[in-house]
Amino acid sequence: MSIYKRDLMIYVGISIFSIVLALVFPAYITQIAVMFLMVILAQTWDLQGGQMGYNSLGNIMFFGIGMYVSAIIQIAMLYGWGGVGEYTSASGSIKVEIIKSNYLYGMFIGAFAAGIICVLFAFVFGQIFLLFRGPYFAIGTLGMVLAVAELVSSWEWVGAGGGLSLPVYPAEDPTESGRLYFYCFLAISAICFAFISWVVSTRFGLALNAIRDDEAKAEAMGIRTLRYKVSSWMISAFFLGLAGAIFGNMSNFIEPLEVAFPTITFGVFMVVMALLGGKGTVWGPVVGAVIFHIIKETTWTYMLGYQWVALGLLIIVIVIFFNQGIMGSLAERYPHWFGIKIEEDAEEATS
Amino acid sequence: MIVLKDVSKAFGGVQANKKVSLEVEEGKITGLIGPNGSGKTTVFNSIVGYHPIDEGSIQFRGQEISEMPVQSIARLGLLRTFQQTRIYSKMNCVENMLISTDNRNVSLWDMFGSRTSEIQDKAEHLLEFVGLYRKRTLKAGDLSFGQQKLLEFAMALMNDPDILLLDEPTAGINPTLINGLIDRLHRANTEFGITLFVIEHNMRVIMNMADQIYCLSNGQMLASGKPEDIQNDKRVIDAYLGGH
Repeated sequence: MSIYKRDLMIYVGISIFSIVLALVFPAYITQIAVMFLMVILAQTWDLQGGQMGYNSLGNIMFFGIGMYVSAIIQIAMLYGWGGVGEYTSASGSIKVEIIKSNYLYGMFIGAFAAGIICVLFAFVFGQIFLLFRGPYFAIGTLGMVLAVAELVSSWEWVGAGGGLSLPVYPAEDPTESGRLYFYCFLAISAICFAFISWVVSTRFGLALNAIRDDEAKAEAMGIRTLRYKVSSWMISAFFLGLAGAIFGNMSNFIEPLEVAFPTITFGVFMVVMALLGGKGTVWGPVVGAVIFHIIKETTWTYMLGYQWVALGLLIIVIVIFFNQGIMGSLAERYPHWFGIKIEEDAEEATS
Repeated sequence: MIVLKDVSKAFGGVQANKKVSLEVEEGKITGLIGPNGSGKTTVFNSIVGYHPIDEGSIQFRGQEISEMPVQSIARLGLLRTFQQTRIYSKMNCVENMLISTDNRNVSLWDMFGSRTSEIQDKAEHLLEFVGLYRKRTLKAGDLSFGQQKLLEFAMALMNDPDILLLDEPTAGINPTLINGLIDRLHRANTEFGITLFVIEHNMRVIMNMADQIYCLSNGQMLASGKPEDIQNDKRVIDAYLGGH
């Protein structure tokens, strides 16, 4: 089918373009890396908020848990589990000499473990929170992330509110670490995109859509709705955990409220990006994340002090003029671009 | 196949069902009639597990189902349609059909099953059966109410149920299409071997179709019997035409 060939070319084109972009503008490499992080945040949110109709305000929890899990594992790999408390209580005064291969190995193990632990958290929390519907789910998950952030803030062993600093990547030149995280986020967002595109094309995607449209009907048809809902959350949690782990290493310093559980920044951005791009579509969150990130970086640079006003205006514009999002509006106007066939006689027959 | 014994259900102070007993025979078409508010839909809701019953017992093939959750009952092969049609409005007709397949023996991996041509063919065949094939790529929410009823019926057939509870299948359907629908219900019963239990207000439809009819009034079983007996039952005529 030509539409698949076209899609494949789009994927390859975007990947090459972003790598070239990063090589041509090394000064912006961190911003571009964060842009790919935004793509991951929007995509994973959309799997619940868009495809399934469960507007989560707590997905950022997995990001933070992933970050802490990965950080603690990396420290434990250097000092042993007994040494973690000593390291964290020294609040950054212990400076680590680490070689590149050890650093990368630790980061890899930490990130992978973070993904797995987040999947377990999603499995357990999902059994409780995914029984709530509509606004109860939204508020419930918001409470969940705030509670977890508070608990971490008072947990001495992981550095409590003071946070903890991570070993620094032993880069030879200053752009090297930027490139490392850029490739990490590019790879995770590509895998995340491919996986989510595949998963929504299967029966799984249909089931999530059915839950979104009429959950009681889905139950009456015998669909194991909770199993689908929890699985969807586990998929998002895995990629959020990975992303959080890498972002922790990129930041070097982890602190509960602003870095690990940034509910009012990343936690809100992921919703805005998915809405802007078009929720419930595969490409919507990607497009939304890229456009949002560019707008955000521009306003943060040129309108500092008013950046939150600009963000608020953006949300209002989306809600009023783009309530289907960019991809949603395009799909409505140009359905053939998206491979949606509407037979001519079908239109006549309904009228 | 389904046996209700002295089932009672009250909502607040309203006694919706009071000691209702009935039996749906396998392979037959059973009708349930009664004036508005007589508790017909409550009977359906009780059977499929929508709400707990206050007392009595509901058995499906000898198994007590009155305490089972909705999804588990559906997976026994006991399905219902709704009076206010329920379809997945933002998905197209084919997608509505594809997700309505049987969930009885699905494993974890089946969650990620891709669309097989076998299931696709079955979906299209059933859409043709109810006369919606030409509208298969339209969003279900854009169909008319009557068409949505037909789609919901097709979705139920997609699930290969053993018994189907239909809540007013002809309400809102164009009178000229009703004959076609009666024919399809008959064929679902004879060709697909699905036992039907039907709530219906249209007397012409139910009298032509049903093998056995139960009549409810004020939440209580008023009469039961063959259609001709029910038609001539003075209590039934009173309940429908006057009195309450």
